[in-house]
Amino acid sequence: MVSDKEILRLRKIALKLRKHIVRMTGLAKSGHPGGSLSAADIVAVLFFHKMRLDPKNPRWAGRDIFILSKGHATPVLYAALAEAGFFPVEELRDFRKLSSHLQGHPDRLMTPGVEMSTGSLGQGLSVANGVALAFKLDRSPRRVYVLIGDGEMQEGQIWEAAMTASHYALDNLTAIVDYNGLQIDGPVNEIKRVEPVADKWRAFGWEVREIDGHNIRQIIQALDWAEGVKGKPAVIIAKTIKGKGVSFMEGKVKFHGVPPSHQEMEEALKELEKREKELENEGI
Amino acid sequence: MREFDFKHLRDAYGEVLLEMGEKYPDIVVLDADLSGSTRTARFGARFPERFFNMGVSEQDMMSTAAGLALAGKRPVVSTFSIFATGRAWEQIRQSIAYAKANVKIVATHGGVTVGEDGATHQMLEDFALMRVLPNMRVFCPADYYETKAVVRRVIESEGPAYVRLSRAKFPVIFNEDHQFEIGKAQVLRKGKDLTAIGVGITVYSLLLAAEELQKEGISVEVINSPSIKPLDGETIEASARKTGRVFTAEEHSVIGGLGSAVAEYLAQHYPVKMRIHGIKDIFGRSGQAMELLAYFRLDPRGVKEEILDFLERG
Repeated sequence: MVSDKEILRLRKIALKLRKHIVRMTGLAKSGHPGGSLSAADIVAVLFFHKMRLDPKNPRWAGRDIFILSKGHATPVLYAALAEAGFFPVEELRDFRKLSSHLQGHPDRLMTPGVEMSTGSLGQGLSVANGVALAFKLDRSPRRVYVLIGDGEMQEGQIWEAAMTASHYALDNLTAIVDYNGLQIDGPVNEIKRVEPVADKWRAFGWEVREIDGHNIRQIIQALDWAEGVKGKPAVIIAKTIKGKGVSFMEGKVKFHGVPPSHQEMEEALKELEKREKELENEGI
Repeated sequence: MREFDFKHLRDAYGEVLLEMGEKYPDIVVLDADLSGSTRTARFGARFPERFFNMGVSEQDMMSTAAGLALAGKRPVVSTFSIFATGRAWEQIRQSIAYAKANVKIVATHGGVTVGEDGATHQMLEDFALMRVLPNMRVFCPADYYETKAVVRRVIESEGPAYVRLSRAKFPVIFNEDHQFEIGKAQVLRKGKDLTAIGVGITVYSLLLAAEELQKEGISVEVINSPSIKPLDGETIEASARKTGRVFTAEEHSVIGGLGSAVAEYLAQHYPVKMRIHGIKDIFGRSGQAMELLAYFRLDPRGVKEEILDFLERG
């Protein structure tokens, strides 16, 4: 059982990540804030609770692997890597700039802690399968985590990879779907219906659990559950809200690929700081 | 005309894969439901734990191979060249080339000598598609023995690579001692009137054409260029400086292949008259392998006539 104190710690970290996301995309005047904010709680739990990592030794041979298949959500990944200590937090403000190693989409050769270059949707789950197969061959206890977007499930390769993972019984792999319901052109189930999502994954041979992707306790429990699934891969379908945490960004398609304006950035930061103070009081 | 043995390049590949598999426990092999044709099935039978049949899912296969490479394995991936470089091009670009994943793609069934299956399966654009990718190296051996040398060398080298093999048996022009170096071409026959550069089966065609042309008093220097990228510009330039005329022949589109690579190099270092001979911006068609080679004028007689035409028209 996870303590309330740990949950509170992770909620605070998720808020910090959200502030970084707003600031990074606001300063860069580009990037994808909506799908980064929706994934902030999941990423916070993975990087600050679940995964075995050594930020001082990014290539540590015992580390777990995280692959951001929805590669456009770099702000949340970079925020987590910086907060974890893979590189200085100050570098975040140069996100997407020519002088920076923080590319618009993840580049494993440029950024410490980035395991795979992604950004073209659909490829990350296959890559994660490859890593999981290698770990199986090596009889390694290391695990692989892959974060998939809901719109990304429209890519055929996701389903090729879904077949591969179940065929090779990759129970050392946990996939998480950030089901925020919106893609760049509109609601996912209007653009091209992905439902029934859970049934699809089950039909492809996966164990499925559906959770509230903003409930830290549920995220932790689901990740623990996935680790206990044997002989099959496991997927967590995390219902989330695009733009979560900033009231005027929540549920807005616009903020998929449009950054907050300077004024919006200031407002959003104010709101997140207010929330931070409230959390402090909860802790007392 | 001389008599030649004909042997499968893919048999050489299957044999070398076994040899490399014994030597390097980190080698893993992936195939997309064509392991009998590509000959990776032999590796699969010997090392079942290290062989992954990915089914008819080439895109998934390429990205999976990248994942295996990230985790320290040395993946060798096979399917037909059309599906490897065509169907899965973007997976190769993003997951392998951009990520600099240590994946070797060894694809069979390149060129028109695929034969009866026709245009949909005759890959004539693979050199172009692979050559244009940063971090990617491109190779194509001329016969059974060169296939062994190329596959060994490529598997032992670090970084992404593409090797094109054929479906048809090719005439044997080398022997077990044949050497291959990445980035090196070989002058197989000395000459002074014209440089003829081949890759794959056209090396055989050019060697025979050169013998015939010699009888007509034309001295052809024949160069084998199995390393398309990196290209051996030095050897090619040295020959061009001597002959002043360069002819290239390949079982590939005249756009973007070996001829283009040679032209790009010579245009910037030592421009000479060139003729790029290959498939002239059209698709292939059904027929028997050697029949098609003649139809597209890539057999010994076809390249000889092309060379004569080039010399005549200047």
